[in-house]
Amino acid sequence: MNKQLKDNLITYGIIIAFYAIMQTLSATGSLSSLFKGLLVPVCVYTIMAVSLNLTVGILGELSLGHAGFMCIGAFVSAFFSMCLKNSGMNSIVRFIIAILLGALVSAVFGVLIGIPVLRLRGDYLAIVTLAFGEIIKNIVNVLYIGKDENGMHLSFTDTASLNMSADGEVIVKGPQGITGIPNDSTFTIGIIVLLLTIAIVINFVNSRSGRAVMAIRDNRIAAESVGINISKYKLMAFAISASMAGAAGALYSHNLNNLMAQPKNFGYNMSIMILVYVVLGGIGRIRGSIIAAAILTVLPELLRGFSDYRMLIYSIVLIVMMLFNCAPAALELREKYSLKRLFGKKLKKEEA
Amino acid sequence: MKKLVSLLLAVAMVATLLVGCGNAQTTTTDANASADGQAVFKIGGIGPVTGAAAVYGNAVKNGAQIAVDEINAAGGINGVQVEYDFQDDECDAEKSVNAYNTLKDWGMQMLVGSTTSGCCVAVAAKSAEDNMFQVTPSGSSVDCINGNDNVYQVCFTDPNQGAASADYIADNAIASKVAVIYDSSDVYSSGIYEKFSAEATQKGLEIVAAEAFTADNKTDFTTQLQKAKDGGAELVFLPIYYTEATLILKQADTIGFDTKFFGCDGLDGILAVENFDVALAEDVMLLTPFAADATDDMTKNFVAKYTESYGETPNQFAADAYDAVYAIKAAAEKAGISADMSISDMCEALKGAITEISLDGLTGVGMTWNAEGEVNKDPKAVVIKNGAYVAM
Amino acid sequence: MSFWNYLINGLSLGSVYAIIALGYTMVYGIAKMLNFAHGDVIMVGGFVIYTIMNGAGLNPLLAVLISIVACTVLGVVIEKVAYKPLRKATPLAVLITAIGVSYLLQNVALLIFGSDAKLFTSVVNMTPISLADGQIVITGETQITIIACIIIMIALSLFIKKTKAGQAMLAVSEDKDAAELMGINVNGTISLTFAIGSGLAAVAGALLCSAYPTLTPYTGSMPGIKAFVAAVFGGIGSIPGAFIGGILLGIIENLSKAYISSQMADAIVFSVLIIVLLVKPTGLLGKKYSEKV
Repeated sequence: MNKQLKDNLITYGIIIAFYAIMQTLSATGSLSSLFKGLLVPVCVYTIMAVSLNLTVGILGELSLGHAGFMCIGAFVSAFFSMCLKNSGMNSIVRFIIAILLGALVSAVFGVLIGIPVLRLRGDYLAIVTLAFGEIIKNIVNVLYIGKDENGMHLSFTDTASLNMSADGEVIVKGPQGITGIPNDSTFTIGIIVLLLTIAIVINFVNSRSGRAVMAIRDNRIAAESVGINISKYKLMAFAISASMAGAAGALYSHNLNNLMAQPKNFGYNMSIMILVYVVLGGIGRIRGSIIAAAILTVLPELLRGFSDYRMLIYSIVLIVMMLFNCAPAALELREKYSLKRLFGKKLKKEEA
Repeated sequence: MKKLVSLLLAVAMVATLLVGCGNAQTTTTDANASADGQAVFKIGGIGPVTGAAAVYGNAVKNGAQIAVDEINAAGGINGVQVEYDFQDDECDAEKSVNAYNTLKDWGMQMLVGSTTSGCCVAVAAKSAEDNMFQVTPSGSSVDCINGNDNVYQVCFTDPNQGAASADYIADNAIASKVAVIYDSSDVYSSGIYEKFSAEATQKGLEIVAAEAFTADNKTDFTTQLQKAKDGGAELVFLPIYYTEATLILKQADTIGFDTKFFGCDGLDGILAVENFDVALAEDVMLLTPFAADATDDMTKNFVAKYTESYGETPNQFAADAYDAVYAIKAAAEKAGISADMSISDMCEALKGAITEISLDGLTGVGMTWNAEGEVNKDPKAVVIKNGAYVAM
Repeated sequence: MSFWNYLINGLSLGSVYAIIALGYTMVYGIAKMLNFAHGDVIMVGGFVIYTIMNGAGLNPLLAVLISIVACTVLGVVIEKVAYKPLRKATPLAVLITAIGVSYLLQNVALLIFGSDAKLFTSVVNMTPISLADGQIVITGETQITIIACIIIMIALSLFIKKTKAGQAMLAVSEDKDAAELMGINVNGTISLTFAIGSGLAAVAGALLCSAYPTLTPYTGSMPGIKAFVAAVFGGIGSIPGAFIGGILLGIIENLSKAYISSQMADAIVFSVLIIVLLVKPTGLLGKKYSEKV
């Protein structure tokens, strides 16, 4: 068994073990409501972290607008589910189509946004992705879509201008968003989507295209000079990343009854939060992203006991974790007093 | 090394999970008993106490706390003491559901929340699944109560307020040309605006400017005010919260726009803003069920207690939360529930009882509820004169 | 007439953005890091002035001076504790730490001052200028903000061009290692940059809160982001660029609110930014970078 395969199997193993433990605990009724409720969000944010890691770690571009793709996926899939809510379609089939649709539309937007954005570099690219994220949020907030017997009505001002017939139904209501979304997201589906996401990313990284993308990241000019089509591969990675964020959005929207695009859930703050998962877990390291996202999603909930000091403690933990994980001095210190080394010394002593 | 750290972290996570489970088990086994083994009612509350909307969550948290303390001092509900816990949701629907689940683990039997409409809709869907009795002090969107027969509102619904405001302006011939400045990223504000504009057109009011702002862009209103001014508006309708309204009044004064302002219950609290020059709010009209300087004993008592405990003058959110707790008390006494009932049985009993009670609260006299969950109370129109609310 | 009013409002807002953006661009240009906590230093500056003026009843000018000192110290401390240990780590790590610092400042302010919005007493006491029979009014805050903005921009440019410390900053921004070999104290220079940037944030805080007199623990975050956009718009690292970027951003924002749609003003501002960056990928006055093969 080669090292890479082993490494990947560990990643899958951790997730499957996590799933098995949670299911057992849930079945025996010993899982608290809070953790039951957190299972789907944990899946959502781990998928987001893995997909952003593809952009940041593999493609090497800083994106601050990832929540925008999640927003697109969430709204498209929720809209689809709302349209077919009363059609008698099997809810699992409908949800799978909704996820795929969310992912597809996000990917399309990924390509549309990627074409101009990927020409830029570094922090300029970061700010443009942030701008796109905010634009998407802003537009969704003024979007009104209704459905009546004459078909779909669309407006960017208010419900009244939709000119709906009396028995029509307004599905997307601007800032009020979409209400009454069927709760189709389950932990099982979340884990399946997460496993698929990881499989896609790992396969992509180890494919010919993935190697091309990493070559571009490491040295663009050298990659270009050996005939790699820069734009094509960059776009490919960006679109895949966007589509997975769209799938995560679909899971997110079907976990709650209502969906609104607010600064809190789809603004730049959320994009940055996901970036925190990626950086803390290790840039380019898939397993790290998963663990960091899971821990940081659960952490604020565990800190509830501190009531007013909760977010203060969270921010301090964040700073300390960053310093501990990334500061060269801390890394040196860790190396010096690492368990492995102490353990190694002990072993040597025993041998002697 | 890195592997080891990640492994350690994973172990730590599983450990915390187990701790979480352990806690859950201990709390569920004595769900309806306090630490010393006596039966109690457990009421939970949800709202934002951190983040940009923290001011509303804090008001609800404190208002309900005062009501709970009063009830306990007077012997509790049906002779049973009340325990109260409030959880933060940062004004995010997902976090609100997490807060709800946390409270459930704690053993909550009745819920006062969520504070904001969006969160309330998400939580109501979950509480309907559990059939838990829920009274929202300030979740004013109609979606909070639509289809959930376990949820009741203390505040007016948004469309109600919009229609009532338009009617009031038209019926009393306060103005014929009206401008609106509203928060297009907010459920409450846009909900009122939508109904207001429909009703205003029917009543023959002319809307000369309908200007929006968003959560990300709410400090500079000069442009919106300028447009209202240029449109010749005789009255500016502000279906927004008082924090932004203070800025609008200040900026209107700066650009020399002398007009009438009319608001809804969100404007209540404007006189209590620290450092606010109340002269700017002179002649502002608002349709609100609660005014902190009303002279009845109940309001006086509440305001005194609130100011003493929290150093601030309460706003309508605090008053709504206070009434919400008393509504639960009245319904619980009517239904004669006891602390050892299951959550669902309790909810069924309370559902029947709340439609039969009539409550004299801070935000209305003789408040009643219909089976849909809407409250029936009279909005009071007040005008600000010399830094105080005067009934119109 | 309205047009001129919209323009002046835009200019006033733009000047505030410009002052914040100047601080942003200084720090970015020299330390090569996006200091997301910059906006929150503004908020701290605002609260310092608020506390001094309302608690101790001191003169506004004195309050502003104390706030500048406080923010300068705060900026240097943040740099020493949170950013310096990460100087040799990946730039993204510093970005995340900056976000952590931003959350920290917000939550400390929330615990101390509570969530209620405070109304800020203006530190400016000047008579407004009235033009065209009072149809156009330029407030004292607007006048001071615009003047302060221009003075700061000129002073900063001169500082960097004419003084030894300024030259050291330029050298550090070009190449840290080479600058160190030339005997420049790199750590000291970066600390100085943070000190200046944070001092500017205090000035920006005073003017922002005077022009738009509301103060909450979250007051700084959105202007911070907008100023970041402005700095990129003008070409990040460039001092005149930050000035022009800030002013243009304020004007575009106000005119789009006035003539296109007040609901979509944010979307329009960001769209303009994207278009500018597509035409000029390093912003209006940004340096072109040449590629080494």
